[in-house]
Amino acid sequence: MGRTLVREIIAAHSNQAAAEGEICRVKVDFAFANDITGAPAAESFREMGAKKVFDRERCAFLPDHFTPNKDIASAEQTKAGREFALEQGMLYWEVGRVGIEHAFLPEKGYILPGDIVTGADSHTCTGGALGALSTGVGSTDLAAVWALGETWMKVPPTIRVNFTGERPGWVTGKDMILSLIGRIGVQGARYMALEFGGEAVESLPMDDRFTIANMAVEAGAKTGLFVPDEKVLAYAGERAAREFTPLYPEKGASYFKTETFDLEKMTPVAAMPHSPDNVKPVRECGAPVIDQVFIGACTNGRLRDIETAAKVMEGKKVAAGVRCIVIPASYEVYNAAMDKGYLKIFTEAGAVVCTPTCGPCLGGHMGILAAGERCVSTSNRNFVGRMGSPGSELILASPMTAAASAVTGRLTDPRDVMPEDFFTKLED
Amino acid sequence: MSKVFKGKAWKFGDHIDTDVIIPARYLVSSDEKTLGAHCMVDIDKDFVKKISPADMIVAGENFGCGSSREHAPLAIKGAGCSCVIAASFARIFYRNAINVGLPIFECPEAAEAIETGDEITVDPAAGTIENKTKGQVFKVAPFAPFLQDLIGGGGLVPYVRRQLAERGKSA
Ligand code: SF4
Repeated sequence: MGRTLVREIIAAHSNQAAAEGEICRVKVDFAFANDITGAPAAESFREMGAKKVFDRERCAFLPDHFTPNKDIASAEQTKAGREFALEQGMLYWEVGRVGIEHAFLPEKGYILPGDIVTGADSHTCTGGALGALSTGVGSTDLAAVWALGETWMKVPPTIRVNFTGERPGWVTGKDMILSLIGRIGVQGARYMALEFGGEAVESLPMDDRFTIANMAVEAGAKTGLFVPDEKVLAYAGERAAREFTPLYPEKGASYFKTETFDLEKMTPVAAMPHSPDNVKPVRECGAPVIDQVFIGACTNGRLRDIETAAKVMEGKKVAAGVRCIVIPASYEVYNAAMDKGYLKIFTEAGAVVCTPTCGPCLGGHMGILAAGERCVSTSNRNFVGRMGSPGSELILASPMTAAASAVTGRLTDPRDVMPEDFFTKLED
Repeated sequence: MSKVFKGKAWKFGDHIDTDVIIPARYLVSSDEKTLGAHCMVDIDKDFVKKISPADMIVAGENFGCGSSREHAPLAIKGAGCSCVIAASFARIFYRNAINVGLPIFECPEAAEAIETGDEITVDPAAGTIENKTKGQVFKVAPFAPFLQDLIGGGGLVPYVRRQLAERGKSA
């Protein structure tokens, strides 16, 4: 029985065999918290009697959820995290130089192939796009990692997901991961790892891979990993903040099961209220009328997302009565989008462009929904009350679907507002 | 884990996510009592008012799915619940509950049979959940040995203290 990628990584970080189900003590390469989870982690760290984080270059605090601070309570909370970071001399970036943690850390080369990464945020699994075992933990678990440089992990079974066929331009990473969650359900991978591969992955842009890895947790998974290929190694190689050793699944690795998707048959899909597994082709959703569109979040706030949405919106207007909020996930994305003229396309269309933050994704600020309002969002969760009132509704979709919907004022398949050759040209 | 829990059951469905256990708008505090005042508000706005101390939450599959917020088990504790019984727990919630000292019991049969209002007794040492109202007893599978040690030793905070002390000695 060959080892899956997740087993290879756990074995390389412990001196145990990493048999499935075994609890292993693993060394952690990088550990971070945000403005919500950082302060309680700092408190637990002190309670543990710890004095110094295990390695100042491998521990980070990133304010991104309620920042720029939305009110006094969030300001106090961010301040507590920042003071801890400064006292420890660990990695810390101020508003204006940071971004949503799961976009920013890979960009800066802090999450690398073969790593074990723990973050006090459930979407830490996003780092799996780089072939890292990157997983979310709570604040106390994170504090323990800051103190010890290690944690315990149960070796999960792996579901292998293969994408085959040639990907049409209207199929994005978001459509791929929503299709998977729609098929296996929100607990289809509970206590497991997802491992993504297949011939169609080769040409899949990194930004789409981040989107796919990001939503592994919406299927209940511990993490979702891509097997490192040339694209991954090139991305990590030019950004790496330290040395890294990519790892690979063994030939004949044994999987809990395999799910295969033929991308030629895939269409743009949406997750309807109130669960990420309530997935249907966009054209079969009945074109519900919407009040808001949100393009951003750690799921879809990267350059490729902003670019494809902008290209759909170019020369058009946001429908009357609809608010469209665009939030690039980091300053690297923000500045590149500005240079390429994408931000101008949005503002000329009547959309709002905000500074990088989680913002409305978790119902924090900058676009909260009232009761009875409906929003098409590129984020990852459409639970009851996620973006505001428990009486509001959220539909999850790709940036292109979101942009098309902003223009028509209804949930809309991007193929219904763009000609077919638009999608073929997108590919280069 | 020798304490026995006795209380009334409050039943919820599958996939109770952390956003309904404690919505993000309250995540500007990590104080147990403050969070507890809003526990479950988006799914049952009177939940906190209705429950008595030591009552328990009983739920279906995948309880605690969603975010990594430790505020979720803290809110349940802060609301006064003694423990949670579910058919299954989401991974991060499971770890967090252990770390913040919220007792959790995975038992699909009990989760299925118990209804709101039933009088329940959980005996962790014996590994039993008794439904006094319906006269049923269910077995709970024990935690893995590593977790038993972790819980038995007082949780993660004292565990790390001990580890740091050992490292101090060997340094
Ligand atoms: S963008 Fe949303 S899902 Fe991502 S880290 Fe922020 S709040 Fe969480």
